[in-house]
This record gives sequence, structure tokens and C-alpha cells, in this order.
Amino acid sequence: MSVDWILENRAHLLTLTVSHLGLSLPAIAAVLVLSVPVAVLANRLRPLRGVIVSGTGLLYAVPSLPLFIVLPVLLGTGVRDAVNVVVALVLFGMALMVRSVADALDSVPAEVRLAATAQGHSAWGRFWTVDLPLAGPALLAGLRVVSVSTISLVTVSAVLGVQSLGSLFTDGFQRGIIPSIVSGVVITAALALAADLFLMALGRALMPWQRTGRGSAS
Amino acid sequence: MNQPAAALHLLLDPATWSGPAGLGARVLEHLQYSLLAVLLAACVALPIGFAVGHFRRGRNLVVAASGTVRALPTLGLLTLVALFTGLGLLAPMVALVVLAVPSVLAGAYSGVESVDENVVDAARAQGMSRWQVLVTVQIPLGLPLILGGIRLASLQVVGTAILAAYVGAGGLGAPLFLGLRTYDYPLLLAASAVVIVLALVLDLAFGTAQRLLRRLPGLRGGT
Repeated sequence: MSVDWILENRAHLLTLTVSHLGLSLPAIAAVLVLSVPVAVLANRLRPLRGVIVSGTGLLYAVPSLPLFIVLPVLLGTGVRDAVNVVVALVLFGMALMVRSVADALDSVPAEVRLAATAQGHSAWGRFWTVDLPLAGPALLAGLRVVSVSTISLVTVSAVLGVQSLGSLFTDGFQRGIIPSIVSGVVITAALALAADLFLMALGRALMPWQRTGRGSAS
Repeated sequence: MNQPAAALHLLLDPATWSGPAGLGARVLEHLQYSLLAVLLAACVALPIGFAVGHFRRGRNLVVAASGTVRALPTLGLLTLVALFTGLGLLAPMVALVVLAVPSVLAGAYSGVESVDENVVDAARAQGMSRWQVLVTVQIPLGLPLILGGIRLASLQVVGTAILAAYVGAGGLGAPLFLGLRTYDYPLLLAASAVVIVLALVLDLAFGTAQRLLRRLPGLRGGT
């Protein structure tokens, strides 16, 4: 029975999976791209560090569904607009990421920085070749948490009528179709797992020194 | 009148807050659901977390299991359980407890684990039993992290308890979904604002409690 339902609705499942990824992947990418400069800024502007770090952290306390609803007022979009969802997801992701990136960049030992400067690195070059690779493992760990929570959070927007795998939950509930909900849960969890494995593989490829053993990078 | 102003007007009207379906009653329901869910989650997660942290075994298993549970979308779990249990509070309670357990668990084991091994050895050398070490040394010293886990779980639960109304229970989700269905945007906005304020107040309260804890003698300078 459930296999039949899945086979009959496979085109629909694929469409929803694609729109789910269309909401979550841009959000995850934006979190990565935006939290690094914000974290750098927080570390540069010492007096403002506490405000920036705990300010973004406070965003995490804001519940997702109300944020999906309040954002349209600030952005001038409609409640059922996908843009709200993406912006809200980016804000949540940054709430987690900014602190871990700021802490990771901050924990690069001062001697290492001085050594890099003594070797002739410019501040810009040192950031890309010394600070960022050393902060890499913490950055990756933060991004993995963000990707799993983002992919799962997207589903909540379905109660507002935004199409995603969450629509399988709302439709399935309203029409009493158990396979719809089960396949939604399974596909969402599978996407989260796939994203996590992808990030882990990416980390291995970009930070091969990590493979030699635990804690060797620090 | 624009919508934010209309929502504010609604929030300032005493009639909005009174009565069995007023926001006051909804806030109370919402807090009751959240408290019950966090308490139930704590009953499950604290003993397991303390055991894992104390014996320093099974950590990988707990981390892997928590990761899997965290990946479950709450709305999916809620609607699935609700199809079996029918409308009411049971399905949201299951979903909220499942949501809260991983955070409480992580706080519990990392709190107990965070206590310096030398301190634990010293306590053992003084003739304390394992139980005494856990209850009188590891749990009190790990309290800031343990409370941190409960804080995170409570915030997640208060935010997500809105979904209880999606399957026919009450709480602040009730006015929110009513506003959504009837295109009453000011009501929708007002209910959302109340939930956000509730979460921020809760976060502030937990933050204060954690700061006060750190001032206790013996916990100073700890994590």
C-alpha cells in the first residue's frame, strides 16, 4: 500500500524535494558566506564583539514559525513568500555560526600569527592561508550543525503554505495518508544525512591534515 | 491602519487577553505544555546523560542516537503520531519530548564529563562512593552546562509548542493558526510577537540563572 503510494506520487515527491533543496541550500551557503565576515568584524572591533556575538546568538532564541510570520512585515513580502523562509533560515544559521567562527578565529595562537607575519604574509594573505585553515575544523563542525537543522527546519514553513517536503506532512495529516508523512520524514532525514556526509567529505578533501589523528590540527 | 499597528492595537486591548480563548489563557496553556514536555524530557534524558558522563562510556552511541533523533522533522513526527492518536495533546507531547531529549542529554553528559578528573579522583580518595561523587561533586560542578542543555531544550520547546494547535490542542498556536486560516494578519502577527517575547524572556531568565550559578563558591571560573 505504501509502496504503491510512493510510486504513484514519485513525480510529486521529486518536485517537493527539489523545492526543499531550493530553500535550504541557498540558506546554508549564505550562512557560510555571511558568518565569516561578521565573525572577523566581531573579532576586529573588540568592544563590539560581545554585542555582535550575543546579538546573533539571541536570534536563535526566536522561534522559527513566528519569525517566518514576522519577517514579511520587515521585508515587505507576503506571508507565503519563499524569501521569508530563506531569510529566516539564514538568520538562524548565523545565530549558531557567528559565535563558533568568531571563537575559532580567535583561538588561533598569537605566536602562529606573529610567525606568519614574520614570514612576510600580509594581513589578507595570512587570513586566507593561516587563520582560516586553522579555524577550518570548527567552521566545518558549525556548518554541519547548521545544515542538519536548516534542512529539518524548512519543513515547518509548510504550515504557512510554502511548498517543501513539509507539505507531505500537512497534506498527509489533512487527508489521513500515512505513507505521505513517512516518506516526508524519511526523505528529509536522508537529505540531512547526505548533506552531512557531503560536508564531511569536503572537510577531508580541503583539510587533509585532519586525517592523521584527533587534535593534531590544534 | 497598517498591519503592525493593528497588531499592536490588538495586543493593547484588554479584551484580547481575557476569556477562555484569550491570549492570557493561551499563554498559560503554552507554558503548561512546554513545562510538561521539558519535565518529561528531563526525566528521560538526565539519568541517561548522568550515567554516560559518569562512567565515560556509551558517549558515541548517545551522540549518534541524538543526531538521528535531531534529524527527525518535528512537524512530521507530530502529524504522524496524530494520525494514530487523534486530535489532542498526546501527539504534540510526544513530538515535543522527542525534540527536547537530545539537548537535555547533551547538556547532562557534557556537564558531568566537564568536571576535572583530578577533582573526581580526590573525591574518590576521600572515600566517597560512586553515587556520592556523582550527586555531590559531578552534578553540582557540571550544573552550568546541565542547565545550558535544559535552556536550549526549553527554547526549542516553547517555539515548537505552537504546532500543538495544528493537531487540535491549545496554546499560542491556536490564535496563530486561526489568524492564518482567516487571513487575519494582525492576529497572526500579535500571536507570533507574544511567542517571540515569551521565548526571549525565557532565554533571559535562564541566562540570569546561569550567571548566578557561576557566582556560587566552587563554580567560579568554571565553564
